Amino acid sequence: MQETKSETNQVGRFGEYGGQYIPETLMSEIDRLTEAYDHYKDDPDFKAELKDLLINYANRPSLLYHAERMSADLGGAQIYFKREDLNHTGSHKINNVLGQVLLAKRMGKTRIIAETGAGQHGVATATVAALMGMECEIFMGKLDTERQALNVYRMELLGAKVHAISTGTGTLKDAVNAAMQEWTRRMDDTHYVIGSTMGPHPFPTMVRDFQSVISKEIKAQLLKETGKLPDAVVACVGGGSNAIGAFYHFINDPSVKLIGCEAAGKGIHTDKTAATLETGRIGIFHGMKSLFCQDDDGDIAPVYSISAGLDYPGIGPEHAALQASKRVQYVGITDDEAVDAFEYIAQTEGIVAAIESSHAVAYVRKLAPTMRKDQIIVCNLSGRGDKDVAAIARYRGVNIHD
Amino acid sequence: MTNLQAAFAGENTFVGFTVAGDPSVEKSVEYVVAMAQAGADVVELGIPFSDPVADGPVIQAADLRAFAADITTDKIFAMVAQIREQTDVPLVFLSYANKIFDYGYDKFYQRCEELNVSGTVIPDLPVEERDEIVPFATKHGVSVIPLVAPTSDKRIPKIVAGTTGFIYLVSSLGVTGVRDEVAHDLIQTVQQIKAVTDTPVVVGFGIHTAKQVQQMNQIADGAIVGSGIVKLIEKNPNDATEAIKAYVREMKGNVSVQN
Repeated sequence: MQETKSETNQVGRFGEYGGQYIPETLMSEIDRLTEAYDHYKDDPDFKAELKDLLINYANRPSLLYHAERMSADLGGAQIYFKREDLNHTGSHKINNVLGQVLLAKRMGKTRIIAETGAGQHGVATATVAALMGMECEIFMGKLDTERQALNVYRMELLGAKVHAISTGTGTLKDAVNAAMQEWTRRMDDTHYVIGSTMGPHPFPTMVRDFQSVISKEIKAQLLKETGKLPDAVVACVGGGSNAIGAFYHFINDPSVKLIGCEAAGKGIHTDKTAATLETGRIGIFHGMKSLFCQDDDGDIAPVYSISAGLDYPGIGPEHAALQASKRVQYVGITDDEAVDAFEYIAQTEGIVAAIESSHAVAYVRKLAPTMRKDQIIVCNLSGRGDKDVAAIARYRGVNIHD
Repeated sequence: MTNLQAAFAGENTFVGFTVAGDPSVEKSVEYVVAMAQAGADVVELGIPFSDPVADGPVIQAADLRAFAADITTDKIFAMVAQIREQTDVPLVFLSYANKIFDYGYDKFYQRCEELNVSGTVIPDLPVEERDEIVPFATKHGVSVIPLVAPTSDKRIPKIVAGTTGFIYLVSSLGVTGVRDEVAHDLIQTVQQIKAVTDTPVVVGFGIHTAKQVQQMNQIADGAIVGSGIVKLIEKNPNDATEAIKAYVREMKGNVSVQN
């Protein structure tokens, strides 16, 4: 019997995951982007300009805050929150957007497009486009424009054009499809700012690099305050950008447990879930080989979560590899657990965290009591929850006009 | 296995596209046979995908009609078996990478070989990732048809070297759909391809008139018409046979048909 062996291209791979599975029409542009990123990531002027913007515009470094009341209440590990919610525009998304838009400008682009789920990435993109005097168009699933109406208006206020996408499930996946199609039509003057560690190479690597400032700061801040490394770092996972940012500089510290919290929706044993790492299987979509929620015939399955930012049927390829190597543990958090945590952190610490980040807080509530008081958990608060207040009120049966 | 390359040896060669299972397996078989009878040189069968990122609204809607009829990859192979009882027209599949990957590369191409399906066009498989599929296709005598885009330029030699079947030249930027004008620098792109390979060059995306088909046959070796035929099915899902035949004859330059 003749053995057939296939050769997997090694460019942009994390184990068997990653790659560049996109239409030929975009490949020249992807090649140009790869070259530009390889050049500018080590360019002293580029680095200096990005650093200045991160400090003086985005409000970095973000605080590492010791949540003493919550630590005492849970009666176990000391809990620290990395306050990405205090960044300008209210989430970690600005770290990546500043990097990519600055790069796009160096490449001579004048127009920026982006997808958005909860609207956090769209708001960050519209903000930086305004700052840099660039044209901006945002693609957002129609369902998401309804559940995140406030962010739609924010983006428009910032001068962006928002396209509500009604094809497919009308959520993040469809917004990515529409943004990719738009990029295929017009790439000469346009850069597509992908908001997560997904898509074809170089995006998963580039977005991770721009977000890795989170773990770099955590490490320095915690060492300064406690002289120790954390025992665990916990972050929510949709496409995976805030999580990889929070994990990256700890990957080679084996004593640090890394835990990603994905959206289980109504539960991982129901069909109303977005827990890709627990329920998905290997496939090829949105430019990458990774894990995806699929039906029996290789079609992408509809997913569900209360959180528009985690409502995605795939996962960044580096996370798929980190799960395969067992370096990171991924757990599912249900809507109910996330909403409880949303209320708990508000009432215990006076912080209204995004419903996405509340998935991570929910796991901290389970983990902390199992640990000793001299141990440390760092939880990444990826965004603030103002945008979610109306939706959570509705979830609790309170009707308010937002 | 039918020699795909030979299909483009004649005059005014024409590839007709339809989505497998649109609007039902039974009708889809009938429409493919109709295309063959009316003179299509090759029929390209689209395998529906949940997220057809390279396709415009016309083909997306056709995918949805096929899904409404519960189409699956296995049913498509069964459908091809029925087509093969009626015609030997050269067939190629258009499929997104995940449908083939999830079915299993070896199993997929083995079924292609059994049913005399000569090639696969995979819009989200650039040359960078091609080597993970080509060995399986080659083992079963099936061509992996490369796509060349207006933006390919210096990538062309790498894309077309060593390919078999035909080369799918994308006429314009963006997604599939009907267009009134196709890009003018096609001639140059064809020359760049011909400098590297003798594999026939067939132009697709936006082509829908007999005049365009003739023009593409002068510039290159043939034309692919997709959305034009799918629109006829959209207009009259269960009774499009005569319209398809008339359209294909018109494209082949045999009859002039009034709209």
